[in-house]
Amino acid sequence: MPSYETHEYDVVVVGAGGAGLRAAIEASARGARTALICKSLLGKAHTVMAEGGIAAALANVDTRDQWQVHFRDTIKGGKFLNQWRMAQLHAQEAAERVLELEQWGAVFDRTKDGRILQRNFGGHTYPRLAHVGDRTGLEMIRTLQDRGVHQGIDVHMECTIRRILKDGDRVGGCFGYHRETGRFVVFRAKAVVLATGGIGRCWAISSNSWEYTGDGHAMALWAGAELIDMEFVQFHPTGMVWPLSVQGTLITEGVRGEGGVLVNREGRRFMFERIPELYRGEFAETEEEATRWVQAVIAGRRPDARRPPELLTRDVVARAIRREVREGRGSPHGGVLLDIASRRTPEEIKRKLPSMYQQFKELADVDITREPMEVGPTCHYMMGGVRVDPDTQESTVRGLFAAGEVAGGLHGANRLGGNSLSDLLVFGRRAGQFAAESAQRNASVAQVDPDQIDQVVRESLAPFERTDGENPYALHEELRSTMHNLVGIVRTEEELHAALGKLQQFRQRSARIKVGGNIQYNPGWHLALDLKNMLDVSEAVTRAALQRKESRGAHTRDDFADSDARWAKLNLIVRQGTDGIEVSPRPLPEMPPELKKLLEEGEHG
Amino acid sequence: MAETMTLEIHRGDTAGGELVSYTVPSTPGMVVLDAVHFVQAHHAPDLAVRWNCKAGRCGSCGAEVNGKPRLMCMDRVDKYPAGEPITIRPMKTFPVIKDLVSDVSWNFEVNKKIPAFKPRNDRPPRFSQEEADRVQEFRKCIECFLCQNVCHVLRDHQRKEEFGGPRFFVRVAALEMHPLDDGNRTGLLKQDLGIGFCNITKCCTEVCPESIHITDNAIIPLKERVVDEFYDPIKKLFRILMPQSRPEAGD
Ligand SMILES: Cc1cc2nc3c(=O)[nH]c(=O)nc-3n(C[C@H](O)[C@H](O)[C@H](O)COP(=O)(O)OP(=O)(O)OC[C@H]3O[C@@H](n4cnc5c(N)ncnc54)[C@H](O)[C@@H]3O)c2cc1C
Ligand code: SF4
Ligand code: SF4
Ligand code: FES
Repeated sequence: MPSYETHEYDVVVVGAGGAGLRAAIEASARGARTALICKSLLGKAHTVMAEGGIAAALANVDTRDQWQVHFRDTIKGGKFLNQWRMAQLHAQEAAERVLELEQWGAVFDRTKDGRILQRNFGGHTYPRLAHVGDRTGLEMIRTLQDRGVHQGIDVHMECTIRRILKDGDRVGGCFGYHRETGRFVVFRAKAVVLATGGIGRCWAISSNSWEYTGDGHAMALWAGAELIDMEFVQFHPTGMVWPLSVQGTLITEGVRGEGGVLVNREGRRFMFERIPELYRGEFAETEEEATRWVQAVIAGRRPDARRPPELLTRDVVARAIRREVREGRGSPHGGVLLDIASRRTPEEIKRKLPSMYQQFKELADVDITREPMEVGPTCHYMMGGVRVDPDTQESTVRGLFAAGEVAGGLHGANRLGGNSLSDLLVFGRRAGQFAAESAQRNASVAQVDPDQIDQVVRESLAPFERTDGENPYALHEELRSTMHNLVGIVRTEEELHAALGKLQQFRQRSARIKVGGNIQYNPGWHLALDLKNMLDVSEAVTRAALQRKESRGAHTRDDFADSDARWAKLNLIVRQGTDGIEVSPRPLPEMPPELKKLLEEGEHG
Repeated sequence: MAETMTLEIHRGDTAGGELVSYTVPSTPGMVVLDAVHFVQAHHAPDLAVRWNCKAGRCGSCGAEVNGKPRLMCMDRVDKYPAGEPITIRPMKTFPVIKDLVSDVSWNFEVNKKIPAFKPRNDRPPRFSQEEADRVQEFRKCIECFLCQNVCHVLRDHQRKEEFGGPRFFVRVAALEMHPLDDGNRTGLLKQDLGIGFCNITKCCTEVCPESIHITDNAIIPLKERVVDEFYDPIKKLFRILMPQSRPEAGD
């Protein structure tokens, strides 16, 4: 048995994006001895890539905004599947969290009277996204990082956690390895917070980095926790499509928030034809009206027109683009055109969307101040995740918490842009607080029996012991294209079954993966281990997608094209059973009457 | 037949290393990081490289491409002369861990020396976009450490004990010029970060992928503050009385 190092903490936070950092800051501020662990260097988590902004009803730009409207928008965008209590807490606390970030040194773009500027985004009734040009996530992660650095948090960078360790039915810590040395490490802890982000690396075209292999989702499942809403994977409507090298790279929704329009190869703004029943009457019906809205927004006036249909929710826009392409009205490389050049001056574009400008100029030889961009859907965000208590973020396993993208429930069937960054702060803080409290209630650090550790060590080293076998990169590519082709934006029973068959084969093949080289900083080995997580998470998504026999939000079934009122009241719960992954429906918690009333008011006003 | 190109990639670790040649098909729009990933997937699964965003946002993928510090994810291969090999080495200023990955932990240690943002209590958090612009330039930093890599004080003279490096002057500038900050970090600049070692060669500014005017807008104004503080008590007094007056950014 190779040796391993051991650390002991009150709270271990796995993941150093916005959620993990905020959780660690809170836990340590409350006196917990806290560790923060991440796979990359500190400050490189996905949060750093967030562009468009953070949603909070600050009402700086439109005074009519308030948490109730944010709540309503979130639930409507989630097609009524959201956990109401999470949506309520999120809407109520987001503004406070953003202002706190400013107190910690964040510098957001300003309104004329010197307050935090807010921009329009899909599905938000009012301009609501506090932002910094198109690099909001960088501002957020750096602010948290710099705050955290003086808090006595122990940071373990480039350390990958592989397993949650248990003491009976309670959390006992976690096990992982240092990427640099390959050395194994055990963190004994009274509470563990998962803040590992998403699962996008299971799909071929994705805006996500190598880190998004669903580690937290898979580890929670193995530890006996429940996952929720796993059928809902968000495809962002606007990823780059050309050149291939940048396929999937994100183009912020901020482009449309700043007035950008979507046109097909015939030059038609097709979104006017795709306004769904749920949003009927809320969007501009003519180009003239849409243009009036944009002009009012640019001038800082309250618009007397309805917003352009390009600002419909992501599920709607992604499907509409897919349809244009399928029906032969796509752009040369299989997308549609996103045009900001004809709407704003070059100076405005460079000022409000500097990264987009640079990204296209350098990577695609396109000057977005003069030409349209070619865009198409890209796998972007996981709505589903660990089922948690809405107030404390504790999972169904005692002492195991989850926050941020890895947690499920807030966004229901579809997330609104900007609602993730706010989610990270609101629920990161809550997870940190309640993990610290949970740790304080437990006088001693849990015992972990060595068998658990032996098992994961053996499993981790196995790929080195095979003399010949599969290449992990090749298998990963096959998994990605399978998920893309069979479990993508639009799904059918037949294809989902086919996907399950493939996943079964991949599972067998993954047991034969071999890796070369030594154990130090060996990405082939890391990928071989991550494949196990990706396979389980992919299966969870596929099985949940099979069960939901309707179309709702990000989950579209060709064979059940409509929403079904019965399914509006059910979440799907995923668990690790004795014979594999199990999925079962569970009724949504009943929403209190005063909140229901809020939703109904929205219908009429 | 697809066109191909040759990469010469540093392979090795603390014990030593060498350039190893790989042939890679070139595709339209390809960047150096794509080529490295191709090598990983097809020739050398254990090739160590850092990356995350693949869009110039996270600052993970810094390396020396044909001897020049670059973000590999933003570095188009069609920019390099066809038919000639492209060499890729890790950043030289930091100890190598393996292949293209170097040990940049020293930077995180320097960062710890810098006192946190200290909000002033005498004004509400209101300020103009112009005031924001000045610090937002510094806050664009993606911590790629390419500036640290080229600065001769670190690269050639290895003054890691006495000198903080351009990245951290940018960070201090972001705090010092923050409209709501009330801290004073001039002592730190002079002593712990050794700003005096910088002789304004501007090499750092030239390589910054975020186009931050590191020397003109951060280092020079900070040097002026240090001079005022330590050698010109009148100017210092003036600054304390008129906290809004700041040295104008050049460039
Ligand atoms: C390009 C892009 C733009 C976006 N723009 C916006 C936007 O404008 N507004 C918005 O609201 N949302 C946006 N999103 C979504 C949002 O950025 C993410 O959902 C959010 O940042 C996730 O934060 P997190 O804290 O949950 O996880 P992350 O920031 O992804 O952090 C995950 C952390 O977990 C660590 N980790 C993962 N697995 C392990 C493991 N096994 N062991 C140890 N550590 C592990 C990682 O190293 C990392 O530190 C965007 C996303 C992308 C990709
Ligand atoms: S200007 Fe100063 S900090 Fe920048 S590279 Fe030259 S000596 Fe180093
Ligand atoms: S200042 Fe520029 S070169 Fe230096 S670390 Fe920041 S982004 Fe990189
Ligand atoms: S991978 Fe993020 S900057 Fe290159």
